[in-house]
Amino acid sequence: MAGPGGDMQWCFSQVKGAIDDDVAEADIISTVEFNHTGELLATGDKGGRVVIFQQEIENKSQPQFRSEYNVYSTFQSHEPEFDYLKSLEIEEKINKIRWLPQKNAAQFLLSTNDKTIKLWKISERDKRPEGYNLKEEDGRYKDPNTITSLRVPVLIPMDLMVEASPRRVFANAHTYHINSISVNSDNETYLSADDLRINLWHLEITDRSFNIVDIKPANMEELTEVITAAEFHPHQCNTFVYSSSKGTIRLCDMRASALCDKHSKLFEEPEDPSNRSFFSEIISSISDVKFSHNGRYMMTRDYLSVKIWDLNMENRPVETYQVHEYLRSKLCSLYENDCIFDKFECCWNGNDSVVMTGSYNNFFRMFDRGHRRDVTLEASRENSKPMQVLKPRKVCAGGKRKKDEISVDSLDFNKKILHTAWHPQDNIIAVATTNNLYIFQDKVN
Amino acid sequence: MAGADGDDSLYPIAVLIDELRNEDVQLRLNSIKKLSTIALALGVERTRTELLPFLTDTIYDEDEVLLALAEQLGNFTMLVGGPEYVHCLLPPLESLATVEETVVRDKAVESLRKISQEHSPVDLEVHFEPLVKRLASGDWFTSRTSACGLFSVCYPRVSSTVKAEIRQHFRTLCSDDTPMVRRAAASKLGEFAKVLELDYVKSDIISLFTALASDEQDSVRLLAVEACVSIATLLPQEDLETLVMPTLRQAAEDKSWRVRYMVADKFSELQKAVGPEITKNDLVPAFQNLLKDCEAEVRAAAANKVKEFCENLPEDNREQIIMTHILPCVKELVSDTNQHVKSALASVIMGLSTILGKDNTIEHLLPLFLAQLKDECPEVRLNIISNLDCVNEVIGIRQLSQSLLPAIVELAEDAKWRVRLAIIEYMPLLAGQLGVEFFDEKLNTLCMAWLIDHVYAIREAATCNLMKLVEKFGAEWAQNTIVPKVLGMANDPNYLHRMTTLFCINVIVHCCGYPYREITTKQMLPVVLKMSNDQVANVRFNVAKSLQKIGPVLDSNALQTEVKPVLEKLASDTDMDVKYFAQEAISVLALA
Repeated sequence: MAGPGGDMQWCFSQVKGAIDDDVAEADIISTVEFNHTGELLATGDKGGRVVIFQQEIENKSQPQFRSEYNVYSTFQSHEPEFDYLKSLEIEEKINKIRWLPQKNAAQFLLSTNDKTIKLWKISERDKRPEGYNLKEEDGRYKDPNTITSLRVPVLIPMDLMVEASPRRVFANAHTYHINSISVNSDNETYLSADDLRINLWHLEITDRSFNIVDIKPANMEELTEVITAAEFHPHQCNTFVYSSSKGTIRLCDMRASALCDKHSKLFEEPEDPSNRSFFSEIISSISDVKFSHNGRYMMTRDYLSVKIWDLNMENRPVETYQVHEYLRSKLCSLYENDCIFDKFECCWNGNDSVVMTGSYNNFFRMFDRGHRRDVTLEASRENSKPMQVLKPRKVCAGGKRKKDEISVDSLDFNKKILHTAWHPQDNIIAVATTNNLYIFQDKVN
Repeated sequence: MAGADGDDSLYPIAVLIDELRNEDVQLRLNSIKKLSTIALALGVERTRTELLPFLTDTIYDEDEVLLALAEQLGNFTMLVGGPEYVHCLLPPLESLATVEETVVRDKAVESLRKISQEHSPVDLEVHFEPLVKRLASGDWFTSRTSACGLFSVCYPRVSSTVKAEIRQHFRTLCSDDTPMVRRAAASKLGEFAKVLELDYVKSDIISLFTALASDEQDSVRLLAVEACVSIATLLPQEDLETLVMPTLRQAAEDKSWRVRYMVADKFSELQKAVGPEITKNDLVPAFQNLLKDCEAEVRAAAANKVKEFCENLPEDNREQIIMTHILPCVKELVSDTNQHVKSALASVIMGLSTILGKDNTIEHLLPLFLAQLKDECPEVRLNIISNLDCVNEVIGIRQLSQSLLPAIVELAEDAKWRVRLAIIEYMPLLAGQLGVEFFDEKLNTLCMAWLIDHVYAIREAATCNLMKLVEKFGAEWAQNTIVPKVLGMANDPNYLHRMTTLFCINVIVHCCGYPYREITTKQMLPVVLKMSNDQVANVRFNVAKSLQKIGPVLDSNALQTEVKPVLEKLASDTDMDVKYFAQEAISVLALA
C-alpha cells in the first residue's frame, strides 16, 4: 500500500453521533475497536453503552462507495454503581473493549469499566416459535375443555433480531482502576491491568483470577510508578508487556514463573539531558502500548511522540515520530488545564506499515514507516460530504504563518482525538472525536 | 391418542409443551426436564417429526436449559422408536455440540457418545459417522472441538475404509489453526489411541503426540503430558524408550513451568505407565529436578508426590534410591522459601517412615519432622500433626512428644482462629495416640481454654471435641475431669460461657447416655435447672433445649417432679423464644 502522504488519499465516509455542539457527558466516546475481520466496529461511551456497527454487504452498483457501517446492536454494558465499603462511586464509563476470535455464529466481546469486566454475546435470531396449546397467538386463553389434541410449536421466520446478552461477569479482582484488557493467543485466557496489578483470567471462570504482576510497594508512600497499559503478544501465548508512567515497557515471560514480578526485558530510552524539564516525567508517561500484527514490534505513545520498538532491542526505539512537537513550548499551560494528562491511544494499519494516533483540535496523525512520511488530518463536520478528500493540515510552530497553516495558539484543546482504530485488513479507519465517530477510507480510483 | 373427552389427560401435557417457550427460564427448564413425558404423550412418530425439529432450532436458549436438553436427549432412544430410529436424535445434538458454552457442548458430546452405542453398525456409518465428519470440518472451532470427543466411539465399529478416514480427520484436527481445537485433540489423544490398532498407534499416534508435545502453545503441550500416560500404557516396554521417552524428557524440562507442573502432577501415573526400569534410570533424576525446580508451583506439585513416588519404586533397591537420591532433595524442601511447598511436603513426608522403617526414620526423618513442627507457617505444622498416625506405627509417638507439645500449644494459641479450629479437629486423634495420661497432664487445659474462646466457631468446635474425647476415654473419665470444669462455668459472669456449659452438657449426655443416669441426675440436672432463672433469655431458652435432650435419660420421677415444673415456668416466660422452646420440650417429653 502507498503511504498516506503519498499516493493514497483519505476521504470522508461516514459520521455517527449527534450534530449539535451541546455534548452530553454520557455520549463521550471512550473506546473504539474493530473485530478481527473488520466486519464489526464497537464503540464504548461514558454512559456505559456499547454500540456495534456492522459493515453492509458491498454495493455492486456503486463500486466507489465501499460498504458503510450501520448500527447493528446497542446495549447498556455497565451501570453506575456505588462501593459501600469504600464509599466510592464506580463510573459506568467503558474503558476498553476487546473482541474475542469468532468461535461460532455469534460474536463475543469483553468490555470493562474501572472495576468489572463483562463478556457479551451478540447473536442473531431470525426464527420464532409459534403455536400454543392453551392460548391463541394473541395471548387469549382457550377453554381447556376444547383441547382435543396436542400441538407442538413450530419455528417460523421473522425479521432479523440482534440480541446482546451478558455471559460472564468478572468482578471483585481489582482494587484500582482497570486500564487495559487483552485476550491471549491461546483464546482461553485474558489479562486485565489496573494501576498496580495485572491479573490473568480464564474466559470461562469468573470466581478466580491469578495475579501475575504486582508492583504495589509495601508502603504506599514509596509509590513512584504505575502501570498505564498492558497487552499480550499476538502469537506467543507466554509473552505480555506492560508500560509504566515512567516511560518504560516491561516484557514478561509467563513460562519462567507463576508470578511475573521479574521482567525478562526492559525497554527504555535514555533521557536526553538537554530536554530535561519539570514536565519530563509527566510527558514520558506511556499512554498506550500495541504490538504490531506480526508480533515483531511494539508501538508506544507518550504525550508528544510515538515510538516503535523492536522486541529484540531494548535500549532505544527503532523509530520515533513526533506527534505535536510544537506543544513542547506550551507544556506549562497544558499542565494548568490538565491536558498534559490526556491519554492518547495509537494503532497500526493492517500490514504494520503505517501507524496512527490522535492530537488536539480534532487532528489525527499518520506516519508511514517505510516512506518516512507523515500527515496531519482533521475530523470535522466541515469536510463531511460523501467521498470528500481530506486535506492535509499544517500547524505553524512559530515564525511567519503561511497560508493554510494554523497557528498553535488557535488550536482548540477541548477537541481531542484520543481513540482511533484501523480496520484489520482494509484502509478504513474509525476516529472518535468527543461524541462523534468518523469513518474515513482511502480513495478508490 | 386424544379422545374427544380425554381432555383431562391432555391438559398437563399441553401445559408442559406451552411452557417450553415460557418467558420464565425456570418453567422452561422444568418442561425440558419432563421432556420424556411430553414425548411419551406425543408418541414416537410425532416426537420424531415435530418435537425433535422444534428442539433442534431451540439453541438460542439459556445455558442451563440447553444443558438439560443435551442430557435428556442422551436417554431418548426408546422415545423416538428404539435403536432403529435413534439417528433422529442426531440433528438436535449436533446443533447443541456447536454452542459456545463448554459445559453444554460437553454434555451434547456425552449424549452423542451414549447414543452411538445404540446405532447399528450400518446406521453408524450411514448417520453417525457423517455427523462426526461434518463437525470435524465445521467452520467454527466449537464444532471441531466437539468432533474430537466422538472419534473414539465410532472407530471400533466401522469398516476399514471409514477407519482410515477417521484417522485422517483426527490428524487434521491435531494440526488445526486454533489452539482450542488442538487442545481438544490433545486431551482426546490418549482415549483415541486406546481404540486404535497397535500398528497405527505406533505410526499415527506417536507422530501426533510428538507434534502436540512441541506445540507453540503452552496450553497444548501440557495436555500432551496427560496423553503420555495412556500412550505409554499401550506400548510394549521395548518401544517406550524410542517412542515416548524423548518427548517425556523434553516435557520434564520444558521452558514453561506450567508444562513441568503437569509432569509433576501426573508423576505417579507416568511412573506406573513406564515401568520400573525406566523409572530407575530416567524418572528418578527427572523427579529430583522437579523437586529442585525454580518455580515454587512445580516444587509444590512434586513435593505432593514424594510419598507416592517412593512407594512405587521397585522394591529391590527402593531404600537405596530414596536414601541417596530423594532424601537429600526432601531435606532441602524442608527449608524451602515458599510455604506452599513446605506444607505440601509436610502433608506427605510422614508417609515415608513406613517405607524406610524404624532406624532410618529415627536417624533421618525425625530431624525433618521436628524441623517442620517448628516451622513458622502454621499450615506446615498442622499438616505434620494431622499425619502423626503414620509415624506412630513405626517409631511410636513418644519420640516426638517433647517437640510435639510446644507445637500444639503454639497452634492452640495462634492469633488466627482458623488455625485454632484446625488444631482442635486433630485433638481426638492426638489424644488417642498420646494416651489418657499424657492428655490429662498436658492437653486437657488447652481443651478447656477453647471452651471460653472469644470466637463462637472455636467454642462450638471445642464442645464437639469434648464429645469425641468422651467417646474415646469413657464416661468415667468425663465424670472426673470434664464435668466439674464444665459445671463450674455455669456461674461465669459471661452469659456466652454459661451457654457453653449447656452445650457441653448436651454432648456429654449424648455420649454417656442412659448407663450413666447417675451423673446426669445428680450432677448435671441440678445445674441446668438452676440456670432456668438466668437473667439472659438466650440462656433460659437453651435450658429448655437442654432439658429436652436430657429428658429421655432421666427417670419419670425426676421428670415429673423436677423438670416439669421448670419447663412450665419457662413456658410462661415473658420472652417469646423461651416460651416457644419450653413448649416444644414439654410436648417432646410428653409432659403436658
